[in-house]
Amino acid sequence: MKLDTSGLESTSPFFGSGDELCPELLAAPSFALPLSTDFDEFQKDTKATLKHAKGTTTLAFIFKEGVMVAADSRASMGGYISSQSVKKIIEINPYMLGTMAGGAADCQFWHRNLGIKCRLHELANKRRISVTGASKLLANILYSYRGMGLSVGTMIAGWDETGPGLYYVDSEGGRLKGTRFSVGSGSPYAYGVLDSGLTCLLKKLRSWLEELFIMQHSEMQPVVVLQAFIMWDQMDGRSCLVMMLESFTTIIIQSRPVRWSKKWLKSQGHN
Amino acid sequence: MARYDRAITVFSPDGHLFQVEYALEAVRKGNAAVGVRGTDTIVLGVEKKSTVKLQDSRSVRKIVSLDNHIALACAGLKADARVLINRARIECQSHRLTVEDPVTVEYITRYIAGLQQKYTQSGGVRPFGLSTLIVGFDPYTGVPSLYQTDPSGTFSAWKANATGRNSNSMREFLEKNYKETSGQETIKLAIRALLEVCC
Repeated sequence: MKLDTSGLESTSPFFGSGDELCPELLAAPSFALPLSTDFDEFQKDTKATLKHAKGTTTLAFIFKEGVMVAADSRASMGGYISSQSVKKIIEINPYMLGTMAGGAADCQFWHRNLGIKCRLHELANKRRISVTGASKLLANILYSYRGMGLSVGTMIAGWDETGPGLYYVDSEGGRLKGTRFSVGSGSPYAYGVLDSGLTCLLKKLRSWLEELFIMQHSEMQPVVVLQAFIMWDQMDGRSCLVMMLESFTTIIIQSRPVRWSKKWLKSQGHN
Repeated sequence: MARYDRAITVFSPDGHLFQVEYALEAVRKGNAAVGVRGTDTIVLGVEKKSTVKLQDSRSVRKIVSLDNHIALACAGLKADARVLINRARIECQSHRLTVEDPVTVEYITRYIAGLQQKYTQSGGVRPFGLSTLIVGFDPYTGVPSLYQTDPSGTFSAWKANATGRNSNSMREFLEKNYKETSGQETIKLAIRALLEVCC
């Protein structure tokens, strides 16, 4: 199995060998893999050894104004909650976001790496990379590490020349284009909310977010409405981070601890 | 066992790469090719000698497509051209596969030029003996572009250019008569440039 370590290279080799003139189609540097008689057991062992932080809910959807990305902020290892303030939305570059679900280290490293590749693409081609291209780069790398214990369930959301884009990419090598995704152990609940049709709320959402953005700056009130979207999975995580992509910039809105969100929503006349 | 790691292209005392310059000579002996860029059109023209009577002229392809939106014409060693064109075609598809986007003209030109340069700095090989004219439209903006590469591996964009036999006189003609055209006018300009040196 040829491993694609092009993501790990920092510079191309200075002295090319004679072989470079007749390369195989998609040749990449590779290193020897461990010899094992039972590869499936090896896979299982790898996954068991690295106990990944789980217990995540992340979601993203495309709507009229752009792409909405939301995630909780709890990190848990088994039953132990290790952090309540994890940033699970990673900025790949100013117009692309990635979400973290699965292994935190894997997600962070490979998103950072993807950011490097996107920047290099920009410099070489004098043009931003498309969301399609970026997600494809990540998916190809993850595919070549398939079976080696990476745990990444991510959504690449961004804005490019063709408009808003949303892709789901995972460490099994899957890559899907879509308008609504949710990843993590809380995803079934999120899908329930997403699929039941939030169109009534979406129009309001923008104006709410604007208000909240202003409020956040004037430190009047915590961000209440967003918590309501993500109240599931027995989670009372302290904050949720929501980032909205509009045209070529991102707006970051962070929430604060909240208790009466559902009540507040009801008082606004929405359910 | 002979070892093919000694470079053939080495510097001369006064800083020339003679193999590359000899390759340019080979280009100067090749058939003429001209490219003209208009506002919404690009034209590639090549000179075709019709002295060979028994040859099936349809099997001789001098203008080839690298992808749906990119075409290439070259002057020089046609056998070298075949190798370069095949590699470029593979690269076009490979790019489509990895980033799900068609190549831009600039990207594929940079690739071809990079390939030509590699062969001037490797052991046991000689440079490609051809200059190419690469034309195409940007896949998203639709802007036409014309690029030229040469055996040394340099490339640049042009409004109009010519390579091969008598390229200097064709270029002079184009310099005198070039203006922004579109459609049939661009084709006429290219043909007039070729007529300067042919027949």
